[in-house]
Amino acid sequence: MYMFKYVSKRLGLMLLTFFIIFTMCFVLIKLLPIPTTALPGQDQDVVMNIMEARGWITNVQKGENGTYTYDRVPIMLQYGMYLKRVIFEGDFGIATRLPGYTGKMLWEEVFIPKLPPTILINIYSSLIGVPIGLGLGILAALKKNKWQDQVINIFIILLISLPSVILALLILYVFCFKLRWFPLNMLTSNDYFTWPVFHSMLPAVFSLCLGSVAGYARYTRAELSEVLTGEFMLLARTKGLTKSQAIYRHAMRNSMVVIFPSILSEFISVLSGSLIIEKMFGVNGVGGLYLLAIENQDYDAFMLLSGFYTLIGLAAGIVIDISYGIIDPRIRMGAK
Amino acid sequence: MTNMNQYQNIPAEKFQFAKRTDLGHDKKFDTKPVSYFQGAFRRFSKNKGAVVAAIVIAFLILFAIFAPFFTNYTPDMYDVTYIYAAPKLPICEKYGIPFWDGSRDRTNVGYMTYLKDMAIMQETGREVIKGGKDNVKISEDGKSYTYRYDTYYGIGFIYDEIPMSKYLDIQRYQNETGRQVLYPVVALEDRPTHSKNNTDANIFYQVKDKKATKITPVLDEEGKLIPNYWEIPEGIDPKSWGGVAYDSLRIEGEDGFTKTVKVRDENDNLVDEERTYYYIYGVQMASTVQVRVEYYEYYAYEHLVEEGDGVSEPLFLFGATETGKDIFSCLAYGARFSFIFASIVAIVNFIVGVIWGSISGYYGGKLDLAMERFCEILGSVPSMIIITLLKYHMGHFIVEQGLYKLVDIQSALVLFIAFFATGWIGMAGRTRMQFYRFKNQEYVLAARTLGASDARIMFKHIFPNGLGTIVTSIALVIPSMIYSETSLSYLGIINLEAGKLTSVGTLINAGQKALQQGEPYTAFVALFPCGFLVLLMLSFNLFGNGLRDAFNPSLRGSEE
Repeated sequence: MYMFKYVSKRLGLMLLTFFIIFTMCFVLIKLLPIPTTALPGQDQDVVMNIMEARGWITNVQKGENGTYTYDRVPIMLQYGMYLKRVIFEGDFGIATRLPGYTGKMLWEEVFIPKLPPTILINIYSSLIGVPIGLGLGILAALKKNKWQDQVINIFIILLISLPSVILALLILYVFCFKLRWFPLNMLTSNDYFTWPVFHSMLPAVFSLCLGSVAGYARYTRAELSEVLTGEFMLLARTKGLTKSQAIYRHAMRNSMVVIFPSILSEFISVLSGSLIIEKMFGVNGVGGLYLLAIENQDYDAFMLLSGFYTLIGLAAGIVIDISYGIIDPRIRMGAK
Repeated sequence: MTNMNQYQNIPAEKFQFAKRTDLGHDKKFDTKPVSYFQGAFRRFSKNKGAVVAAIVIAFLILFAIFAPFFTNYTPDMYDVTYIYAAPKLPICEKYGIPFWDGSRDRTNVGYMTYLKDMAIMQETGREVIKGGKDNVKISEDGKSYTYRYDTYYGIGFIYDEIPMSKYLDIQRYQNETGRQVLYPVVALEDRPTHSKNNTDANIFYQVKDKKATKITPVLDEEGKLIPNYWEIPEGIDPKSWGGVAYDSLRIEGEDGFTKTVKVRDENDNLVDEERTYYYIYGVQMASTVQVRVEYYEYYAYEHLVEEGDGVSEPLFLFGATETGKDIFSCLAYGARFSFIFASIVAIVNFIVGVIWGSISGYYGGKLDLAMERFCEILGSVPSMIIITLLKYHMGHFIVEQGLYKLVDIQSALVLFIAFFATGWIGMAGRTRMQFYRFKNQEYVLAARTLGASDARIMFKHIFPNGLGTIVTSIALVIPSMIYSETSLSYLGIINLEAGKLTSVGTLINAGQKALQQGEPYTAFVALFPCGFLVLLMLSFNLFGNGLRDAFNPSLRGSEE
């Protein structure tokens, strides 16, 4: 019961936070002038019609010299209509200013097709990065202050200090540029499970997983080495367990209490991906779409993606908190 | 025992004023006292990695401060002729040390490319091909050539149209310095006619077919090119020829050179006759003079005489970018900007964060809850969204208010506000934690009992105790700031270059563009900026860890 109360309270708070942020974003973006100039190859009349149909502007009139006059709808009215459409129809708007996507439905035709590459790259990178990171961390903790530990430590410091821009650039240079093992850009084909596409994804996957390898190795090492000095470990050995039994049954489980939630949250954030990696390796994913929306001031696309990123960030945080209680019975959530 | 408690009957004369000499002292310590910061410093200097890191940081800061004084280039200077010019260090060039000699490898290029480089070498006498003709490796089939090509001298010549006054001034400059800028021109009707080659000033030699797209030169018996310069018609004094008189340096062996020509004498027989010819150095156009200049010297002339910006010869220590900017100066100015910017942001964040965190942590209760909620909501907005919104609004604000003075620092302002908007939250959280830790300690209670005000307890008693942790986190704010700035510049969300500023991230962006070109010789663009950033981040991380261990010996080795 505590659990249920706690989870629903956290979810409620999360939704509230999300609503506040989303509203602020909407208001701030709608305070800006509306970019109504048509892109090359786009009909000005169509743009104005879309704008009017979406309820952003009203009373559109075409002047004699081809300029338009219009009135702006009050922002709160716009917001009401927007929310209604989003919630009841799942309609996030039409891309008016994204080059190559004009006139398409944002959610079904623009956003959803961009998800698979982003998600796949992140899943692959988690699948590779998490086990390696855990393994290195465990090794370092077990061999604490021996040479293995030193080497892993240097490796961790290097990976954590270097900005991902540099790491990705290095991978791009060495593997794609010098050795020519991989193409410089990811293929844009839609057959994500064929070898050529998978192959072209690999450099991005590697660059992405380096960060999580370093993070998990560092975290695991710290946690495990702390647990290993605990008195219950001494007890476990005293009662006759071998070292490996003691480590596996007692030390590992206890150290996982802190590590497991972050693994869970990592699988939530596979949705969001990394803007830098996507740009560096030419991945045709959500990150690129976000940059495109910013560059071209497509406000509807910006709202959709901002909401998306905010929601994922919040959800990842909540998953960490809740999973603590599920994994570790000692933590009673919401108890006074 | 008798009068122990009989205080009321002490006679007045027993009371005496104490003298300073009567005061008893504690025994003095034999050792010197070690203050908190001294102890921290001692612990810090034992940590070798951290000390090395501190030295590297000091070096990088010195670089950022002083390097701009040592270069005459600025980030807003560019010259498209020197796109991707290779890094050049005069010493390395002198001793032919590869990589830093301003040259790049040309591997397996065709005969035509090789010949063009040879032509420039023949005409200017500069080492366009490093080590001269002997260092050229020719493949077995004789069709491809491999050699080191100088990216500075290899530019060769260009045609430029300049006003008459400049033409005369260059002649004056040549006479004064003895450096030859102007070279003989090729007559308009002698130039190749195909549009691809028509404006190529490097073709000074006779060619087999003027109309061809691929130029094949005519060679003499020694395998040398035969010049095709425009000559002054016979019998005219070269000093007063036409409207474009030339009275300055002439190319070697040209001054009044003689040529044997066949002429018909009175009896209509062909006889040899020696005649003196002069080359022409300028072509009279409508209102200008078209000249053929060696770009290397022309560049020096333009900068020394016309611009007067202190640059003499093209010399890009770290090479040039895809727009022909000097990477060294960009890096120097970029580093300076990054450091100054990060320090300002760190200080502002520190002040705001500490005040916010102290209040929240000290008073606790409902106030704390409200302040925490506020931080949480603000902290959940992805920084990318904040920056985008700020960028839009800043642009709109500037246009609406007509504050066009701000355009140059627009991006820096956006960055500053964005980093400030979320940056102080971490600092506030840390301060709040320290306050929670210390506020229930006895000495705080004692201070309160003695009547100290809240502000005094907060900043005189609790805050100094938490200072160690807080100081450590400031040291880590600077690299994280540079990290974010780099990422944002790289993503193109922030464009500092538009405002004549530059940053390390902008350079890394240029480096990635260069890599995407897929040409091996452009890879150096990313090298120095990346090296700088790697050194900076590594040393700041080690330095920060060292500081943390020094200030909080109990936390040694832990990862938070």
